[in-house]
Amino acid sequence: MLEAILLTVITAATPLLIAALGELVVERSGVLNLGVEGMMIMGAVTGFAIANVTGSGSLGVLAAIGAGMAMSALFGFLVISLVTNQVATGLALTLLGLGLSGLIGEGFIGVPGQRLPRLEVPGLSDLPFVGPVLFGQDAVVYLALALVILVAFVLFRTRVGLVLRAVGDNHASAHALGYSVQKVRYLAVLFGGGCAGLAGAYMSLAYTPQWVENMTAGRGWIALALVVFASWLPWRVVAGAYLFGAVTVLTFHAQALGIGVPSQLLSSLPYLATIVVLVLISSNRRLTLVNTPACLGKPFVPDR
Amino acid sequence: MKTILKTTVVAIAFAVSASAASAADLKACFIYVGPVGDFGWSYQHDQGRKAVEAHFGDKVETAYLESVPEGPDAERAIERFAREGCGIIFTTSFGYMNPTLKVAQKYPDVKFEHATGYKTADNVATYNSKFHQGRYIIGQIAARMSKTGTAGYIGSFPIPEVVSGINAFLLGAQTVNPDFKVKIIWVNSWFDPAKEADAAKALIDQGADIISQHTDSTAPLQVAEERGVKGFGQASDMIAFAPNAQLTSIVDEWGPYYIHRVQAVLDGTWKSEQTWDGLKEGHVVMAPYTNLPDDVVAMARETEAKIVAGFEPFTGPITKQDGSEAAAAGVALDDGEILGMNWYVKGIDDKLPQ
Repeated sequence: MLEAILLTVITAATPLLIAALGELVVERSGVLNLGVEGMMIMGAVTGFAIANVTGSGSLGVLAAIGAGMAMSALFGFLVISLVTNQVATGLALTLLGLGLSGLIGEGFIGVPGQRLPRLEVPGLSDLPFVGPVLFGQDAVVYLALALVILVAFVLFRTRVGLVLRAVGDNHASAHALGYSVQKVRYLAVLFGGGCAGLAGAYMSLAYTPQWVENMTAGRGWIALALVVFASWLPWRVVAGAYLFGAVTVLTFHAQALGIGVPSQLLSSLPYLATIVVLVLISSNRRLTLVNTPACLGKPFVPDR
Repeated sequence: MKTILKTTVVAIAFAVSASAASAADLKACFIYVGPVGDFGWSYQHDQGRKAVEAHFGDKVETAYLESVPEGPDAERAIERFAREGCGIIFTTSFGYMNPTLKVAQKYPDVKFEHATGYKTADNVATYNSKFHQGRYIIGQIAARMSKTGTAGYIGSFPIPEVVSGINAFLLGAQTVNPDFKVKIIWVNSWFDPAKEADAAKALIDQGADIISQHTDSTAPLQVAEERGVKGFGQASDMIAFAPNAQLTSIVDEWGPYYIHRVQAVLDGTWKSEQTWDGLKEGHVVMAPYTNLPDDVVAMARETEAKIVAGFEPFTGPITKQDGSEAAAAGVALDDGEILGMNWYVKGIDDKLPQ
């Protein structure tokens, strides 16, 4: 039973983890993209459509990443080049994604999808207990964890990461030092879009292999909250995503066991847990303020 | 947030629908609470709208607005349709009840039909389906097919419509196995495929080997298929998603009712009525029985025939969870008691959320 619960927790956490990780990089560069939900749903529909038409799950995943990046490129053009309001543009991106995905997906309603193959490590996946949990998951689960390591390493151990954080913390200084603020932000935004697209593909190809309108059901917004929850640190995103997944799954088990707690309260537990952790973190100002990108949401125009 | 999204969707939908003008005898208009692509509630209503189009051809023109939030926005949407020359307007969610009545007062010449409500007016009729009849049948099937004697049930919200479904399911099961158990998980959402899937996994992990749902997506059936257990579809025939797991599905068939009411407007015989029909009238349809042994199929067909002939699943003796009597032997609950059901029948261990 514990093994089964762990498996479910991991699948529930993975899309949140990937989308939040992408948004973390975007916000670290000083851009606030509220369009995660829109990019995610576009990834979900594109991934499903391409996988269905070509018969290849991998192509579907690649197309989903591409779709997320295309959406974020549009966002980048608007907020970085045309300096539009980031909050409004992000919201518009979500609306666009929800509408457009419905249009694209119209022909795929009621079509059964194919599931991404599980990556079974020979020999190891048969081990009792740890086998299925650690070595028998969807490829995307491993990819997500690899991404965390990569992002953490690049952000804090490389020059590229230093420049990215400098752009997010003080774009004027970074500009004065000769770095192209716009270029760095474009790349970060594209990375975030790719991650959101991948998270969407995970929803429509692995989590529940199907296409239905609005199937991300607000997970893009949870991913946005997770970034704040994690106070812009990759490892805390992992903790947050798994905590969220665990609380969701455990409330279901509690209900099925007939534990007499109101289901509405149980349903709100993941959000309550998020608020509690936010309060705990915020009570120590050192923990939050140090990490918040100082230029988050502020536009930058090099000529001015 | 959601309201902003939906308002914008409504605004866009207005722009699209406003451009249509016609020479048809009657314009029939539909308001949906969800996207037509949900493959559940709104999808099936839209299938009904398409049936109207197919039946009447050029004589009747149809139009619809999807994802219209319940509340003030709904009133604007309904009024827009009324002003645009719709002769009959179907509002297909419980929360549209008061907005529908308000608009109906201003437009006495327009006919209104509200799904699942209880208030009427001279030009407002209500309609609903007896889904609990289908749930009684799938309960019987579940009890015959389950090895563990436990079914999992994924509920959306603890409202009478869903509670009476759970009760009908268990009453059906108890006719086969008096000790049958049902584990219930409320996901507090009509539509969230991932949550529904997780709930199904939790139920299977705790020993349920039959999954039933009162939520709108195909996700729970897909989990059943993957885990090698059985389940039932909801709202539409979901066999394509679970060719080995789906035993049958309770299908909402609104087409015949819509055609009937549109015809009444054309004939000038339309009256305000409260329609609550089921298997007999073809508003509830059982999808083909699959993956079942012949004797179970025979049992299901027999029950179906019995209900069509007039049998009410909520016929006593029915004992409530607390041991009090809900209906004496041979006495059937009346419509009001079923439509307002807020108690569990005996045999459910869980407590009903209040």
